[in-house]
Amino acid sequence: MSAAVIVFPGSNCDRDCKVAVERSTGEAVQMVWHAETELPQGLDLIVIPGGFSYGDYLRCGAMAAESPVMQAVKKAADDGVAVVGICNGFQILCEAGLLPGALLRNKGLKYVCKPISLTVANGQTRFTAGYQGQREVIMTQGNGDGNFFADAETLARIEGEGQVVFRYVDNPNGSVNDIAGIQNARGNVLGMMPHPDRAFEAELGSADGAVLFQSIYAAA
Amino acid sequence: MAKIKVHVFLKAGVLDVQGKAVEGALQGLGWSGVSNARVGKLIEFDLDGVEDPQGEAKKMCEQLLANTVIEGYRIEAA
Repeated sequence: MSAAVIVFPGSNCDRDCKVAVERSTGEAVQMVWHAETELPQGLDLIVIPGGFSYGDYLRCGAMAAESPVMQAVKKAADDGVAVVGICNGFQILCEAGLLPGALLRNKGLKYVCKPISLTVANGQTRFTAGYQGQREVIMTQGNGDGNFFADAETLARIEGEGQVVFRYVDNPNGSVNDIAGIQNARGNVLGMMPHPDRAFEAELGSADGAVLFQSIYAAA
Repeated sequence: MAKIKVHVFLKAGVLDVQGKAVEGALQGLGWSGVSNARVGKLIEFDLDGVEDPQGEAKKMCEQLLANTVIEGYRIEAA
């Protein structure tokens, strides 16, 4: 198994993601700077971490989505490599067109940072198979622009195709249909606002995030 | 050289929470007739060395300056 975390200027969960994947799976994780035009050979997992890439200027994730490395990430996603975008990473994947929809300012206009309960909306994905029927998981949320939006047609499509992976039990930001995380049609790209990388061992309040990383490795 | 102004706003039908907050604040200050407040962005720059400044600005909007999933844009080139 081989995994990499992409590091953008302003990423601040890149090391969290590295440690979370390594502790969850026991496998080493490489860090890749955003200016690279090629990824290491043979990757099974690419993590786009949370943070404030390019200072959230213009729109969250907009400029990171145009970074040189994202062309390589798109190619890897086309080749079937698992890609997980967390928080700002989710925003970047939407901006890059790898996932449908967009993330708007939270409905309450406040930055929301707290542990949060999620329902596993689709337990049959390569990201969630490890939950083995567990319906509810706890992770930590921390964002100001986590309000998922998609137009009615797109929403009907992703709901119909089982692309909604996680939903909020108590919606903190106004996301349409309580959506907290979605995958692409092919099922190899996941974007989610809550942080599995902040919930990978009991000392952090929840180890539910570790199962997500373990699921990806089990499926690879 | 062209002077470009790009106005970016959330599309109709996309909840503009900042606009709502501004509207509520103005109403709270006594301007009860305020409605439909929207908050957008104005991006201005000079553009040199291209034949079709308006066309190039449109490409910039589509690729970077606006997210057409949620935003519309209007270009002024002078």
